[in-house]
Amino acid sequence: MSSFKAAYHALLAHWHTLTGYKLFWPVFIIAGLAFCVAVDTYGFVDLYLQLILIYVGINIILTVSLNLINGYMGEFSVGHAGFMAVGAYVASLLTVHSFPAGAQNLLFPLAILAGGLGAAFVGFLVAIPSFKTRGDYLAIVTLAFCMIVKSVLENIDAVGGPRGLLGMEKLTTLPWVFFWTALSVWVIRNLVYSNFGRGVLSIREDEIASDLMSVNTRQVKIIAFVVSSFFAGIAGGLFAHALQFINPRMFDILKSTDILIMVYLGGIASISGSIIGAVIYTILLEILRPLGIWRMVFMPLMLVLLMIYRPRGIMGMKEARLFTPLRDLTTEKLWRQKKKEAPDASA
Amino acid sequence: MTNPDLLLTVTNLSVSYDSIHAVNDISFDVARGEIVTLIGANGAGKSSILRAISGLIPYQGGIAYAGKDLKNIAADQIVALGIAHVPEGRGIFGNLTVLENLKIATWQRKDREKIAKDFENVFSLFPRLRERGKQLGGMLSGGEQQMLAVGRALMSDAQMLLLDEPSMGLSPVLVREIFKIIQDINHAGKTILLVEQNANMSLHIASRGYVLETGRIVLSGTGKELTGNPRVKEAYLGG
Repeated sequence: MSSFKAAYHALLAHWHTLTGYKLFWPVFIIAGLAFCVAVDTYGFVDLYLQLILIYVGINIILTVSLNLINGYMGEFSVGHAGFMAVGAYVASLLTVHSFPAGAQNLLFPLAILAGGLGAAFVGFLVAIPSFKTRGDYLAIVTLAFCMIVKSVLENIDAVGGPRGLLGMEKLTTLPWVFFWTALSVWVIRNLVYSNFGRGVLSIREDEIASDLMSVNTRQVKIIAFVVSSFFAGIAGGLFAHALQFINPRMFDILKSTDILIMVYLGGIASISGSIIGAVIYTILLEILRPLGIWRMVFMPLMLVLLMIYRPRGIMGMKEARLFTPLRDLTTEKLWRQKKKEAPDASA
Repeated sequence: MTNPDLLLTVTNLSVSYDSIHAVNDISFDVARGEIVTLIGANGAGKSSILRAISGLIPYQGGIAYAGKDLKNIAADQIVALGIAHVPEGRGIFGNLTVLENLKIATWQRKDREKIAKDFENVFSLFPRLRERGKQLGGMLSGGEQQMLAVGRALMSDAQMLLLDEPSMGLSPVLVREIFKIIQDINHAGKTILLVEQNANMSLHIASRGYVLETGRIVLSGTGKELTGNPRVKEAYLGG
């Protein structure tokens, strides 16, 4: 027991060296991808577990991308399920109707990409009118958007109407999910720590001051929203080809609520929080499945308790060292250097 | 009108919120290198004038900066043109660090070397900001927040600073310190339009001043003239 404790303390002491190590992410990505490909090829993990891992990945994409709007930018969007639906339908229509049967596997990433682009385009259309106003209106507009998407899909017979869309092959494999999850986390993390990202944060803090500090707030909001919708569409395409069946009811406001729960469970404005939130929520829902209907009592109760004891979520406004930039920003470097030169200034 | 020394020209400016006329047909100008102050009681329309200049609210009349009409220019573009506005209540980004706060003001700037120089400049003007570099803006004291707000405005490389009540909520010692710094910034070449309720201090450092009452300019003159004016004395300087 004591040796375990010693090892634990040694790990803690060296944690920052480990996580600050430049090779961590390349090694993690390659090892993770290799693991996923191995599982996919040799099937040593049972299919049910694989499906859960796939859902974990999809939910991470959804949570990280929604966190960009609701956490980092401080707006309140409830339309993520709608964008997911657009991505799911665009990708599915492509694989079912447009792509030749033999080349499905090869063309699958294109279908997913098209789903993402479709969702991004719709996101752009929604963003233009909704960001002309400030504050709570975005919640109302995105709520309406969610309803519109659902009823439009229900009323188009060509996409199956309320019956939904069938006939997708099971193209969503673990390696692809890993790839898209890593890509979305990487893109959004880099966005958040860029100059553009500082603009996003400043909108959350004080939009008028942000305007006065030369941030083009309208442009920042629209771009952030488009990026967020893009990844929701990606997740939608992956979801459709994992389940092999979609219908409009899957993408109603309850689905958006699920994503919102993962965002606020993990914590706003945190990449690591989003990942933790998505993993915990997805796995917990599966573990609690034997409880049957009581699951829907347990989950809300857990959320209420979370909000009482950790109102900002597990990682709210904090970030794991792994996700913060390795090298300090130029400004910070300058500040460090100057501080060293003039130590008496801090005395 | 084509005086090249005139940096900011405001002509027949009117601002109204629904049916309330906050600013009524006001004209004034600010020459390059001046400190001009607008003084007046609460609700005299001082902040509305600054908001109109920064493009935050719609207005009637004309505002020109360095010969360029500012109407229909977005707020973020006006900053890029060279007008930095330190808003009432400072508008500090509370959950961002001091460094991040400063960095945001360089959002549109591409001139890296000049940015580095401006950082040094701000840190030498406000050594306290360097000490507080990694702390969150919301954790600073009122005086430090005011320093951060002014430092942030300087980081946008503006030629002209609009300061909205920098003395608000500060102790007399800090007020003196802030006004001293405003003078220093002015000596370093920045033009300043200062809005204040603290008429005593602002008239003391200003080259010229305008007295506002319910949205109109009722008096104008050099800082000294206004300090000696019996009407100003009675209403703003406490007899």
